[in-house]
Amino acid sequence: MLEMPTLDLEKCTGCGKCAEACHCKAIIMVEGKPVIIETNLCGWCTVCEAVCPVDALHCGYEIIIEG
Amino acid sequence: MTATVEFLQASPYFVGMSAAELESIASLFYQKTIDKGGRITWEGNPGEALYFVISGAVKCFKVSREGKEQILQIVLPGGSFNDVAVFDGGSSPTSTEAMSLVKLYVIAAQDMRKLINDYPRLTPNVMRVLTERIRHLLELVDDLSFRQVISRIARILLEYADGVGPKPKLTQQEMAALAGTAREVVGRSLKTLQEDKIIRMERNRLVIADKAGLSKIANTHS
Repeated sequence: MLEMPTLDLEKCTGCGKCAEACHCKAIIMVEGKPVIIETNLCGWCTVCEAVCPVDALHCGYEIIIEG
Repeated sequence: MTATVEFLQASPYFVGMSAAELESIASLFYQKTIDKGGRITWEGNPGEALYFVISGAVKCFKVSREGKEQILQIVLPGGSFNDVAVFDGGSSPTSTEAMSLVKLYVIAAQDMRKLINDYPRLTPNVMRVLTERIRHLLELVDDLSFRQVISRIARILLEYADGVGPKPKLTQQEMAALAGTAREVVGRSLKTLQEDKIIRMERNRLVIADKAGLSKIANTHS
């Protein structure tokens, strides 16, 4: 399963800014709330996280040391 | 559920206590589970309990009037938080929130203070834990006062990548809150580190490709 940004629906106000900002259409609005679609097109640009005014979207990084 | 003797034995608070003693105090602890994003303590509220992380990660943070968050510490398994409020009897100096699904052992502040009275040899352990907190906060002052943002980011990445056990993923927002800067600045710092081939961004994986190079940047004072 492809990892995607995570959404906290309790925090989300349904403003739709994430869906507007998502270039790859991985976020769409359904009945006033964003829905995240699993897609390889999502390159983890983190724009959705940046535009969310209530910190409901998270694009976390696993931090590892090579080797 | 009460705490296990094995868990308590590994905690710096209870170094030097016998298994029998730990067995008898284990019943003072109870277990609590918090979902990701759930608040555990609120800054300014009475410090009613001491918390030990069994699994997951907890962030201790303060929020400015403008809503800017500064993370002071991320507590990982084996670590504890809310210590200061428990021992000085004051309010919690920070708020705390679960960064992932978190399991905690909790002991009421009055029970913890009673333990110190009943077992005076715990006092040096408490001093060690609290002085470690002071050291950590002094390092943070040093970071925020004397290091450029990119050095702080480098240090955060190294600290977060080191160590054992699973850790929750770190967002750019959280890196900003740890470094005391804006999210955009974190983005620019990561871009610079990437251009210099110190790190590599592989979608949701941040790979430290040149640990020595990153350490050098982390140790650069402005």
